[in-house]
Amino acid sequence: MKNRLKVLRAERDWTQADLANELDVSRQTINAIEKGKFDPSLPLAFNIARLFGLSIEDIFQDDVTPE
Amino acid sequence: MNHANPRPTDWVTINKRNTARLAYWTSAWVMTMALAAFGPRFIWDFATLPTIMALIVNLGIGFGMIMSNSRYLQGLDEMHRKIFLDASAFTLGVGLVCGLSYELLDSTKLISFQPEISHLVVLMCLTFLVGLVFGHRKYQ
Repeated sequence: MKNRLKVLRAERDWTQADLANELDVSRQTINAIEKGKFDPSLPLAFNIARLFGLSIEDIFQDDVTPE
Repeated sequence: MNHANPRPTDWVTINKRNTARLAYWTSAWVMTMALAAFGPRFIWDFATLPTIMALIVNLGIGFGMIMSNSRYLQGLDEMHRKIFLDASAFTLGVGLVCGLSYELLDSTKLISFQPEISHLVVLMCLTFLVGLVFGHRKYQ
């Protein structure tokens, strides 16, 4: 699953540690999500979306393209 | 976003506290295990009552350690919990398969020595550590 987390974070000049602290997760988890190595749960995705004031679809995009 | 004052109940603080608790319970369990194992031989000359008491204390602290481990797991964030659970599942599988095969080696007379449970415990500990390392590397 692709995401715009790194871009959104950079736009706000936040570090991974800042974002991790806001979301109550580890910095390593933020790093893994940004790299697309770990897909967050739905509650965490909602928290991320709420923090950035966007919808989940604005941040996360499915890798699979519809036929 | 307040960078200077992280919340007192943040993930890092909770994880540190749970890790310290788990270390405390694990140390206590190891010490009471040593007491129950070596006490009868070296301290109270196989007297029944202190041996039973040492075993009961060891068992009680063992359950405390299990609860502490459960609390530690609940305190992890979702990625670290996944790494922990994947390593646990891998360890359970290796322990079951290798433990039973090890027992078969003895029952089929393929080995001359008696299988020791401690060998299985060491294998499971090493397997868990390898599982954790692989899990962390996977998500780096």
